[in-house]
Order: sequence, then C-alpha cells, then structure tokens
Amino acid sequence: MSSESTQSAQPTRHRAIVAGHGEFAAGLVSAVEQITGRGDQLIPIAVHKLGVADIEALLRERMIGEDVRVIFTDLQAGSCTMASRRILRGMDDAVLIAGANLPTLLDFLFAEGMSAPQAARHAAERGRAAIAVHGAGA
Amino acid sequence: MTLVLYRIDDRLIHGQVVVGWGQPLDIGFIVLVDDTVAAEEWEQELYRMGVPPEMEVYFHSGEDAIKHLAKYRSDPRAGILLTGDIATMRRLVDAKGITAVNVGGIHSASGRVQRLRYVFLTPAEERELRELAGRGVAVTAQDVPGARPVSLEDLLTGSEL
Repeated sequence: MSSESTQSAQPTRHRAIVAGHGEFAAGLVSAVEQITGRGDQLIPIAVHKLGVADIEALLRERMIGEDVRVIFTDLQAGSCTMASRRILRGMDDAVLIAGANLPTLLDFLFAEGMSAPQAARHAAERGRAAIAVHGAGA
Repeated sequence: MTLVLYRIDDRLIHGQVVVGWGQPLDIGFIVLVDDTVAAEEWEQELYRMGVPPEMEVYFHSGEDAIKHLAKYRSDPRAGILLTGDIATMRRLVDAKGITAVNVGGIHSASGRVQRLRYVFLTPAEERELRELAGRGVAVTAQDVPGARPVSLEDLLTGSEL
C-alpha cells in the first residue's frame, strides 16, 4: 500500500458542529462542501423529533465524543441555541455562534492558523459583515 | 388584546413561538408556565435572551400562574401562554377561562408513540388530551400558523402522520 493511500484513509478531524431548524445544517454543510470540498470538517445535526433534553444530550455527546468545541446554530431563539448555551455553561473552552450563515462557515474553515474557537469568533464577524443589500427599492 | 394562544410545547420558547407565531400575531408578551424554569433565574435569563427586546416574558410555576391569569387576559397586548406538558395546561384549564388549546410540540421520548411529525404521546398523555376535550376545550395540533390545524381525533389516530 502506498503512503498516499494510507494518508487518504485517515479520517478528517471534525472542527465544528452545525445545528438548527429543519435541514438548515445539512443544507449549509452541503453548500460548504460544494464551494470548498471541506464540508467533512463540519458535523451537521438535525433535531426534528427531539425534545429539549434530548437535543442537549445529543449535542453534548457529539462535542465530547468528537472533541469539538465550536457550535454554529441558526437562530438566537432556537432550541439548538438554547441547548448549546446550557452545554457551554459547564464547558469553558467552547464557543457558540448563533445566527451563523454560509460566509461564516467559509471563513471558519479557512482560518487555519487559529484555534477553532478563535476561528469561530473571527468567522462570526465576517459572517455579520457579509450581509449586503442591493437595489434601490424602498 | 389578551392571551391569544394557549400552547403546549416541550421546547417552550423557540423559533416557532417567537417568529412563527410571534410575528403574525404581533405578540407583545409570553407567559411561560413551568415549575423548573420558574425556580431557576439562569434558565429564565436563557429564555429571555431568545426573544426580541420588544417582547416581554413572564415566568410562573403552575400554581402561581393561576393567580395571574386574569391580569394577562386583560393585558392590552397580545400574548401567548406556554406550558411544557399537558398536565400543567390541564391545571390551568381547571382554573377556568381557557376554551382552546394548541398542541404545538411534544417530542420523542421513551414510551411515546409518534402521532404527528411533531407530536409523540404516551397512552397517559392521550388520556389527558381527551380529558381536556371532555372539559369543553377545543384541542388541536398545529406547529405553525401556516399549517392546517389537526383535530384531536385525527391526532390520536395518527391519520395525519
């Protein structure tokens, strides 16, 4: 077996969880994959059938199991955000970015010189600044 | 206005409530009735941060809420009352004045059977819903305003699943 094929067999290290309403997470990660080929660094999580306690348990399990300390969610009032905030209460080295968009995730994945939480904070600013309004409509 | 929606939703305050119902109904306040949340300041702050600044949230235990229902019903703003389970809503129904209850979300858990995409019930919970209806309350399931309300009979037979 060549060293090249050995390297390609190594699993990609997950850097963050993406969670939110409906297929928000899978959709965003799909878009990230199409643009960058780095979608496998993100863990998309859907929570359709779950109550609050189970959402928290699922997110906590994946964070600890995958040694991930960054969560991106869609909506400040969303259940995934609420659950994540409960998790962060006992996890000082983790960060939650609520209201994440595609530019946020793209910036995060290319901020390679930083720790994942640092990259997430940087990406949040980029994502916020990436919203633009065009056209003259009142 | 008054309390325009009495909703059972185990996720309590979340996107469907704040945005899905909150915006079209021009909701000015939410009454969250939950014994656990009412006892924990940190949990209350968590839920407050999930709503826009123009929307107020009031927290009560089940017993305490009964004493304040009249005040919220006479509030000039439109409001939503939320409970996380059927039993708490039933206590409020017993205090009179509730004619319709919205089942907005009861999610998967041990012993529950799926009845709708967003409603899972144990046999005991099904009985509790029937008892609510038996008290003259119109019980329907509807997660968001744009969805068709599902009657209690259709909910319990799972025919809309």
